[in-house]
Amino acid sequence: MKILIKNGYVYDPLNKIDGEIMDIAIENGKIVESISGEVIEIDAKNMIVMPGGVDLHSHIAGSKVNSGRLLRPEDHYKDIEKKTNIRRSGVGHTIPSTYTTGYRYSEMGYTTVMEAATPPLKTRHTHEELNDIPMIDKGCLTVLDNNWIVLDYLSKNELEKCAAYIGWILNAVKGYGIKIVNPGGVELWGWGKNVKTIDDQVPPFNITPREIIRGLCKINKMLNLPHTIHLHTNNLGTPGNYRTLIESMKCVSDLSNGSIILHVTHVQFCGYKGYSWITLSSGAEEIAKFVNENKYVTLDLGQIVFGDATTMTADGPFQYILYSLSKNKWINSDVEAETSAGIVPYRFKKKNYVNAIQWSIGLEIALLIKDPWRVFLTTDHPNAGLFTSYPKLIAWLMSKKAREKILEKVNKRAKSKMILPSLEREYTFYEIAIVTRAGTARALGLKNKGHLGIGADADVAIYDVNPKEINPSKEYKKVRKAFRKAAYTIKDGKIVCKNGEIAENIFGKTYWVNVDIPKDLLVSTISEVKGKFEEYYTVKMENYAIHENELLKSAPLKINSNL
Amino acid sequence: MKTINNVVCSFCGCLCDDIEVNIENNKIVNVKNACSLGLSKFLNYNKHRILKPRIRKSKEFVNVSLEEAINECVKILSNANYPIIYGWSNTSNEALRVGIEIAELIGGVIDNTTSVCHGPTIIGVQDIGESTSTLGQIKNRADLIIYWGSNPLHAHPRHLSRYTALSKGRFIKTRKERKVVVVDVRKTATANIADVFIQIKPNSDYELLTALRYAVNNGEIEQDEVAGVPVEKIEELAEMMVSCKFGALMFGLGLTMSPGKHRNIEAAIALVTDLNKYTKFVILPMRGHYNVTGANNVTCWITGYPFAVDFSKGYPYYNPGETTIADIIARGECDAALIVASDPISHLPIESARKLSKIPIVTIDPHETPTTRVSRVVIPSSYVGIECEGTAYRMDGVPLRLKKIVDPPDGIISDEEILKMILSKLKGD
Ligand code: SF4
Repeated sequence: MKILIKNGYVYDPLNKIDGEIMDIAIENGKIVESISGEVIEIDAKNMIVMPGGVDLHSHIAGSKVNSGRLLRPEDHYKDIEKKTNIRRSGVGHTIPSTYTTGYRYSEMGYTTVMEAATPPLKTRHTHEELNDIPMIDKGCLTVLDNNWIVLDYLSKNELEKCAAYIGWILNAVKGYGIKIVNPGGVELWGWGKNVKTIDDQVPPFNITPREIIRGLCKINKMLNLPHTIHLHTNNLGTPGNYRTLIESMKCVSDLSNGSIILHVTHVQFCGYKGYSWITLSSGAEEIAKFVNENKYVTLDLGQIVFGDATTMTADGPFQYILYSLSKNKWINSDVEAETSAGIVPYRFKKKNYVNAIQWSIGLEIALLIKDPWRVFLTTDHPNAGLFTSYPKLIAWLMSKKAREKILEKVNKRAKSKMILPSLEREYTFYEIAIVTRAGTARALGLKNKGHLGIGADADVAIYDVNPKEINPSKEYKKVRKAFRKAAYTIKDGKIVCKNGEIAENIFGKTYWVNVDIPKDLLVSTISEVKGKFEEYYTVKMENYAIHENELLKSAPLKINSNL
Repeated sequence: MKTINNVVCSFCGCLCDDIEVNIENNKIVNVKNACSLGLSKFLNYNKHRILKPRIRKSKEFVNVSLEEAINECVKILSNANYPIIYGWSNTSNEALRVGIEIAELIGGVIDNTTSVCHGPTIIGVQDIGESTSTLGQIKNRADLIIYWGSNPLHAHPRHLSRYTALSKGRFIKTRKERKVVVVDVRKTATANIADVFIQIKPNSDYELLTALRYAVNNGEIEQDEVAGVPVEKIEELAEMMVSCKFGALMFGLGLTMSPGKHRNIEAAIALVTDLNKYTKFVILPMRGHYNVTGANNVTCWITGYPFAVDFSKGYPYYNPGETTIADIIARGECDAALIVASDPISHLPIESARKLSKIPIVTIDPHETPTTRVSRVVIPSSYVGIECEGTAYRMDGVPLRLKKIVDPPDGIISDEEILKMILSKLKGD
């Protein structure tokens, strides 16, 4: 299929194109210079043309997500999707079924989504769900920081072997990168305990969170992975934890030679100042200051959206705290020798002091950090809000008025403490394109995504809003509406959504890193860990590995490691 | 002779993945590491096989081609107003994915055997959540192991040696370092090897669980005994629970199927949740069929619900008691059934089984069962994990890939392939 998108206002930040009127030509699923012959023409006059959206942190597939679905039938009843000739049926709301997940992302013009955390032992399950999510390309980040064999190696400072083992795991489970979740704390949660600072000891491993983060950061470089380490910090969701966040960012500062080496995720949840929930305030200024001065870090927001959410993370002890505070239903699910998971349904309320502060923190960070290439738009779906709320976030970032609308209704005491009302900054469409696609694609190291240059994947979103006529600051509702339902979503060169409705049911690829590890090192490492593996786990090493043919559309990225 | 290692046993929910199988001329001749149940499956799976598709014409079964059987199946399903599609705990996730699409396409109800075994467990979890873990956490850490209303030595023979009491883990290496408690109405084989056996009066699990929870939270029980158990013993058990380092409570049908059902489960979950205030504690159901856990998971990610999903309105609708097949059959509402890898005629209540046998049934199964005997169409399939590959989930949700180790009999294909043929005919491809 050949497509010509004509006369749209193109926003393509990776190619420094800022709202120029251009034609975009597509052939065989790629962006091309020009096309001729039989062509489908899309008239994008007075519309915005952007690369397809790229979400680098969302919980859409795997055992934790599915436990959340199972836990909440009440969540599904009120949000249903009927079967049509094109699309499968499903349910939605906070944890949509797999098909609904794919459709709803696609309707908003998103074309690539990274599942944010999967334990290796259960990654086969994650891939099975990813196989059943249509419309988007995807991948999953592998939780490795509380992995016993990794910890054993790190504590002995055997980084090369540790790197070889991690490379083996990523190949074996078809993972995309190294996810860190409350390093050390989650291992202690196996005994119902946690860490409090990044320098606490994690017995019996004789290691600290600081050493785990540093070790994995080094290994990430040794393996030459496309994405940096992806860190969910210690002390998440605890008053005063902005200090832990800054300590964690600082702890790798000497490892950067100018390049970006760390991504900290859902930073809102680790931006809390104060000593208790009553004295809670925003750590956004301190965090933004640090990030503005230190170019080796990227962040994503984990922005709160008022309403229903289902919190779910591998951070078992954090989820237990949330359960103790809320007394809502609680699932905990520990994974042998690897990690944990917790789930608690939650409702963020405007009138609640803590929730209102949390809401302001995310936006303050987004507005105070100067470089949009290093702070990305997420809700840590479905933790702080749902991915379907992204258009709301876009409106908040682009319009002070949209923020004020909410500020009128939030808890008064919270409002009096916020700096948000004094922030004048409003994002441009160009910056929105960075924080929702160009920047995220770059951070993930997906070279053919997030831009519209020649040879890029033909993943395109067209939004029915005229950037030259509209004043987003005032007419934020129009912006919100346009981003809610893309006029067109094009995936792999096919028109898959039209006017926000699914036009074709397709399946995207699953990306994973196929790391090339020197054979001798790999063989000696595997033979060394085999015995331990069978002592720690209840499955055989052979059965832990996932075959490529278990993935519906496998898309390995060949990586030459520096080992 | 060829040896295949690390084969996964597709019999019970333990899904042991260390089986060694010797094959000679496409025949399994020797099996190592399996328990007696697993061994018997590997050695006897080929008995009582159905080798040809068949259709009931007037009163007699007639062998037919696969295509004819599929056509007849499609005719039955497309003529039905309210068909049910049932089974799934003894086949692969891949087969079930196709089954769900069929149910959605024809506006039927898809249900799995959870509906007649651990349904109350799931409803209990939906009500209050659960603190759980994979079995390896128990192997590595648990110093207190409780089996409640389940007798693993008979139903899951290797559960104790691979995952719990008799396993060797990183932190806990020997049986001596673990305390084992059995709560049951009779002294079972498992009770015989326990450190503490608590014999409970039949049908009083809820009372005992509630009393234990009270004791765990430092309450003083007034009575001398609860559920036939002296209070000292309850307090002693509560003390063991609070003071262990890592406790695990595993329960079976003795708890889910005794009066109280999901209320029992809720009481057990609430007890375990409370224990996490003092120590680390997890709860796990002892799931029977090898892939019933997978059946719940696949149904849940595609539809939002783990079993009993009704598509008659064009979207997934779930209401156990209404959309569970036993209830649909009892109300006489369904007018056709597709049964995959299950034998409802044997395990449904007799009245329901009689009603079911009156409607046209299509059964896909490797071997003869009472259900195949009353079916209108029977399509033989291959054994997942022996004659074809597939994914299954262990009782704790650990996903494993089952291997193909021998060829199926001539002309026999997998559940998944048969269902795909049915689906594509139904779609009119
Ligand atoms: S315990 Fe279950 S899975 Fe393991 S060998 Fe026996 S029957 Fe098979």
